[in-house]
Amino acid sequence: MSRLRVNPIRCTGYQMCAELLPERITLDDWGYPMLDGRPLSPHLVELARKAVAACPTAALRLVAESEPTR
Amino acid sequence: MIAPAATQRLLDGPPPSAGPESLAAHLARLGPRPRHPGGSLIEVIDRAELRGRGGAAYPAAGKWAATRQRSRGNAVVVANGAEVEPLSAKDRLLMTTRPHLVLDGLLVAAEAVAAERAVLYISRADDDVGAALSAAIEERRAAGDLPLPVSLARAPHRYVAGEETAAIAHLNGGAARPTMVPPRPFERGVDGRPTVVNNVETLAHAALIARHGADGHRRAGADGATGTTLVTMAGAIHSPGVYELDGGSTVAQAVSAGGGATASVAALLVGGYFGRWVAADEAWDLRLGIDIPLGSGAIAVFPHGRCGVAQAAAIVRFLARESARQCGPCEHGLAALAATTTQLASGKARPRDTERLQRWIGQIAGRGACHHPDGALVLLSSALRVFAGDVATHLRKGRCDRDPTPLLPAPEWSGKRR
Repeated sequence: MSRLRVNPIRCTGYQMCAELLPERITLDDWGYPMLDGRPLSPHLVELARKAVAACPTAALRLVAESEPTR
Repeated sequence: MIAPAATQRLLDGPPPSAGPESLAAHLARLGPRPRHPGGSLIEVIDRAELRGRGGAAYPAAGKWAATRQRSRGNAVVVANGAEVEPLSAKDRLLMTTRPHLVLDGLLVAAEAVAAERAVLYISRADDDVGAALSAAIEERRAAGDLPLPVSLARAPHRYVAGEETAAIAHLNGGAARPTMVPPRPFERGVDGRPTVVNNVETLAHAALIARHGADGHRRAGADGATGTTLVTMAGAIHSPGVYELDGGSTVAQAVSAGGGATASVAALLVGGYFGRWVAADEAWDLRLGIDIPLGSGAIAVFPHGRCGVAQAAAIVRFLARESARQCGPCEHGLAALAATTTQLASGKARPRDTERLQRWIGQIAGRGACHHPDGALVLLSSALRVFAGDVATHLRKGRCDRDPTPLLPAPEWSGKRR
């Protein structure tokens, strides 16, 4: 299983990820993504990959579930 | 061979007013620095349960073991003496009065983790610290007791410059701003080498443990808070300053050490500006480092006569100014918290503003690369709880009848970050 992780230094709030994966990504009051930390089901992993590929600053990553949050 | 000792206290010896202890006096008092080859000191530090004194209370042996495991004789040890917490003075006191204890700690750590280089990382604002440590390094060089290169690095006096990844970024030639982990310092630190960053008080304790063993350290303190600990008492206290207490001392004992409060106490701020507010009647029996994190070791006594809402707003504004402005939730979130808390303090907030504060506190939590925003959230949410009565008064009447002038400093720093 894998889950999403954002590098908050790289993230500049383009918001593509929240459009592509609203099931797991919402925006805070300033437009930065808030990630639901639960592991992704196989169906959502495909959408997550698209969200990762769409991030203009390469701030979003898919990581193994075992990797520490930060 | 480790000799037993009756006491093991950092500030034993000449009084602080005597200035930096010379190498000769240090050796006469404590004897030479014992050798612990092959990383054998790590197990002793582990049994002593020495925890970091810079704020996070992370077990020192864990950092050392991880660094040694990756070192091929090329590790780097960094003594973090960049004391940027406005309420704290204990690291400066230690470095300016016991420079050789700090250096001993740096050298025993270097031996334990198989380092080839050591750095003393201090604030550019602390000229007296730089002078004391430079002189101590020269004394060691002259005495032939510098087994590896030891350098002195001066960091910008900014709040996040004291964070360990910011120290590494600065030593690698960048701005003193936190970086993402992983990689953790032991994985890739100074010059890409395995690196351990320890607070200077942590290292001074290690120097004494190297001499007196784990039992010497544990003779003071309690389970969960072994050894002595340096606290800085600030605010409405008779004798503000640095005191060496036994680990696990209560808040009441800390206030007594500082000569008692100068006024009726409403609350205490324990742990500096990333610490938490506690109402006085709930605070006295809390054991430091056990029931409540001691953070940077700073404790401020806050009197009934002052407005806690205004004080909290001043500190949140300080923390917002000191954001490294790298992460959106920290840069924008802390600015929003500061602005709204300031409105609350000046009587311009409505009930929905406190609801917004609570929503933002929930949104920002855990979303910085470092813990700076989380520290601000702990400070603010504890203030809103402890000063809830005053918050309600501000919402209802605009102001409370307490003095809104902040008692605790919230300096405006504008220096460079590089």
